[in-house]
Amino acid sequence: MAGPAIFLIGLFVVVPFLFAIGLSFTDQRLVTPNPTQFVGASNYNQLLGLNLLPLEPERDAAGQIVRDEAGAAKYPAVRSFTRKNPDYPQYDGMREWFSVGVGDTQWVVLARDVVFMTALVNTFIFVLVVAPLQGGLALGLALLINQKLRGINVFRAIYFMPVVVSIVVVSLLWRFIYDGNSGLLNNLLKSLTFGAFPSVEWLGQPETALGAIIVMSVWQAVGFHMVIWLSGLQTISPTLYEAASIEGASKWQVFRYVTWPGLRNTAVLVLVVITMQAFGLFSQIDVMTKGGPLDSTQTIVFQAVQRGYGKQDISGGSTISVILFVLVLSISLIQRWLTREKR
Amino acid sequence: MSAQVSSNASTSRAPDNHGLRLAVRYLVLVLIAIIFIFPLIFMIMSSLKPDGQLLSDTRSLAAFLPVGDISFDNYVDAFKRAPVLLFVTNSVIVTGVTVVLSLVVCSIAGFAFVFIDWRGRELMLTLLLATLIVPFETIAIPLLLIASKLPWIGAEGLTFGWLNSYQVQIVPFVVDGLTVYLFIQYFKDLPGELIEAARVEGATWWQVYRRIVMPLAGPVVATAAILKFLAMYNQYLWPLMVVQEETYRPVMVGLQYFFQLNRAWGEIMAYLSLITVPVLAFYLVLQRAFIASIASTGVKG
Amino acid sequence: MKRRSLLLGATLASMLLSTSAFAATTLSMWYHGAGSDVEGKLINQVIDDFNASQSDWKVELQSFPQAVYNDSVTAAALAGNLPDILDVDGPNMPNWAWAGYMQPLKIDESKIANFLPGTKGVWNGQLYSIGLWDAAISLVTRKSYLDELGLRVPTLDQPWTAAEFADALAKAKASGKFKYALDLGTAWTGEWYPYAFSPFLQSFGGDIVDRSTYKTAEGALNGEAGIAWGKWWQSLFTDGYAQATQDPADRDNGFNTGAYAFSWNGNWAALGTLKAFEDTLFLPAPDFGNGPKIGAASWQFGVSAKSAHPEGAAAFIEFALQDKYLAAFSNGIGLIPATPSAADLVDNYKPGGPLHVFFDYSNKTGLVRPVTPGYVVQAKVFEKAAADIAQGADVEETLDAAVDEINADIEKNSGYGH
Repeated sequence: MAGPAIFLIGLFVVVPFLFAIGLSFTDQRLVTPNPTQFVGASNYNQLLGLNLLPLEPERDAAGQIVRDEAGAAKYPAVRSFTRKNPDYPQYDGMREWFSVGVGDTQWVVLARDVVFMTALVNTFIFVLVVAPLQGGLALGLALLINQKLRGINVFRAIYFMPVVVSIVVVSLLWRFIYDGNSGLLNNLLKSLTFGAFPSVEWLGQPETALGAIIVMSVWQAVGFHMVIWLSGLQTISPTLYEAASIEGASKWQVFRYVTWPGLRNTAVLVLVVITMQAFGLFSQIDVMTKGGPLDSTQTIVFQAVQRGYGKQDISGGSTISVILFVLVLSISLIQRWLTREKR
Repeated sequence: MSAQVSSNASTSRAPDNHGLRLAVRYLVLVLIAIIFIFPLIFMIMSSLKPDGQLLSDTRSLAAFLPVGDISFDNYVDAFKRAPVLLFVTNSVIVTGVTVVLSLVVCSIAGFAFVFIDWRGRELMLTLLLATLIVPFETIAIPLLLIASKLPWIGAEGLTFGWLNSYQVQIVPFVVDGLTVYLFIQYFKDLPGELIEAARVEGATWWQVYRRIVMPLAGPVVATAAILKFLAMYNQYLWPLMVVQEETYRPVMVGLQYFFQLNRAWGEIMAYLSLITVPVLAFYLVLQRAFIASIASTGVKG
Repeated sequence: MKRRSLLLGATLASMLLSTSAFAATTLSMWYHGAGSDVEGKLINQVIDDFNASQSDWKVELQSFPQAVYNDSVTAAALAGNLPDILDVDGPNMPNWAWAGYMQPLKIDESKIANFLPGTKGVWNGQLYSIGLWDAAISLVTRKSYLDELGLRVPTLDQPWTAAEFADALAKAKASGKFKYALDLGTAWTGEWYPYAFSPFLQSFGGDIVDRSTYKTAEGALNGEAGIAWGKWWQSLFTDGYAQATQDPADRDNGFNTGAYAFSWNGNWAALGTLKAFEDTLFLPAPDFGNGPKIGAASWQFGVSAKSAHPEGAAAFIEFALQDKYLAAFSNGIGLIPATPSAADLVDNYKPGGPLHVFFDYSNKTGLVRPVTPGYVVQAKVFEKAAADIAQGADVEETLDAAVDEINADIEKNSGYGH
């Protein structure tokens, strides 16, 4: 009976993905007259290559460390090691990702593809913030909306409304909200603080851009998870609540010992769905920031699309998707193992 | 649910205290509602304003009010700029057919995975769950190459290549890992005794599926339908790649008609409002069915 | 609905026609103008006239929104579904020609002898595409602003120098009258960056890639001139003259509502600005040492490689190159007609017309973007570098990284056939 489903998913998902895995070991371009060549793991090296460069401070003729007025040591430029320096072929073409100072030595972590590394980190930040935040808020809303009050259905529909609006549309609308000059958010904050709050380019600063996108993403999708929690809540038997109230349980106790255990399956579902969606972060970035400012909103899927289509590097894009696949697969195996353990 | 409410009612003693608490509750609900609805109000109000006013209104509360030069001009212009009805019709056809097919095929698959023992089940299940992780963007190109060669039997007999059609927008999306997974998770919680009893009495698997399992599946059908509807209605990259004729273009590609170099924001807002209507309608209809089905079954737990 | 029935009618008609022995051969054509009513009417007029003028060929149009046009063509090429006549953005042409999407365009050279240089798409010594119009950029301001700030009106013969331009920005900022001195259009991400901003780099003496070989960007993008450009570019933002992040609405509306003293914008927006301010001036680009420069080449027509009837496609393109169509497009969408004789037919562009300056700018200062299949990638790399520098990234390091990326890409593509 599962035959048709397996056939369709095989033809339209598995086969294309196997194809993509194959491409990740070639130099295939999207637009090219050149023949495709097998290149082994070089696409993976290009994306994931890391190295460590210990930088010694510059010393003057007397062997003393050169320091500026504030006493900070002066270091040679990283570029002098990574660009056209025949003494250090292992660093060639790499860039500084970040560095840590230990004593006078500055340990510089070099990456072959700093942008991709940043995209990895940003995606993880996004997932780690969004999963608990969105799941928790959704549960709170579900509890709030699970009351018997007149007109509660109206509120339920309103809370759900952002979900039915496409994320592309939502991103377009929120650009007006986040606008640095005449944006709604700035105006709101200004009037709340009687003009004391300075205007902020929410999407234009590396410090705030990812946060702004997180807030918007949670706002957009929280209603959906609220509905999933709600269906979980409504299937908990009323007799359990009756028993709890007879025993004089407090509200917190009712939640802790009746509601929460009854939501275990729902919680797994919500966690899995949010994590999957969060790893796929793309549309918001594409509409709002294109990965900027200064790579602060680069994400894995955005990079895959930008390389595969924008830069016509379909093998590079495929490589990114294989890396993402392996990453999420390992995480969900861990998730599954953790949630099994508790049963 | 009712128990919760009655316990709440019994803890409130004085009637005026009760009234106050009720007011606070509604206040909280309304405040949250404002947070969720204000961008949508902004969208609808903006769709009624000329561009200049629309942009200057964003500096004040006027952004949310039907003030100033209000008209339906933007809607008229939007219809002039693009065949809006055609796009909406296309999207509704593609989305509707996919949702229905998907519910049928995926629920049957979910049923087979949960209740029937067959060789290779575990392997297939793992494979299926793994497909959840593959972002569509990354398989689009290979998929395009496949779809451009597939056979189809239609009015013109046997043809090869699915470009510029409805089926190219529908068939690849009928089955997805998430929908099957939703059904699996739900079916796992159904009481197994019911199914065993029916099997003992000689019911076929097909009868068990239709007579016992599906009538209990209301909530998951609703959830899966909403999710699928949203995903399909918002399709962009795929139709862009496989549809070159306006006749088959869906709403999200149609949105690009409005992004000319000098943007007509009012028209964009009008178009966005228009294309949001079918989704909202679908949800509202489903919400009623959804809640009714939960209330009537109460099988879980 | 009307369009639908029209389409149905057209399909029926073509089915009927194809059964007759003397049928015209159908040529499919793709165009990027969906969503623009005026453009649709104009292109359909050309097609209708052509179809009526002879009986061998019948052109059928399929329109796409501009934003999805290139991706649609790439997808169609992969799926083997290209039309006969392609519309192509000038700088993209070498990429498509190199990849085998297009074939050389065989038309009478004498017909395009007096066309603006930017309208001719030449790759590997052969003509592949030809444009009915070109676009040009100017520094938009108002006469009253210049008077108030005490600035002279620059001309093509005597453009502003780098110092004069810096002075103008400083005075505009100091006046306190404007939110920002300069509107660069940073809101328009994508091709706008290389189209509008790389000419500054070229005026400094640098370039996106070394045009003598097209095999490296070393020295061109990160050489002395490149670094000078980068420092100047960054200073526009650190000095508070322009916004590194701009909202699209400010771009569309800002200058016309008095928020900016100067706007770096294309001629397609010129009519709207003239409507807002009667004393609008369209100034030539400043000269940063190597003459004023602006980007050239807009959308052009060419023949797809897969076309079985290139002679028919070429016949249509040749037909479309008549002055009256050049003038009609210019009147409709405000672009520069490709020939002086067509410009004479357009009120805005004829000598003495309010937009005539654009014709000269295009003719004298227009520079096509690097003519290489690698441009598609190089444009993206340049865009990111320009955006990062605007946001405060280290100039030299950013340009070096951009050079490395461009060179790696050229190598990966075996030199792009150069």
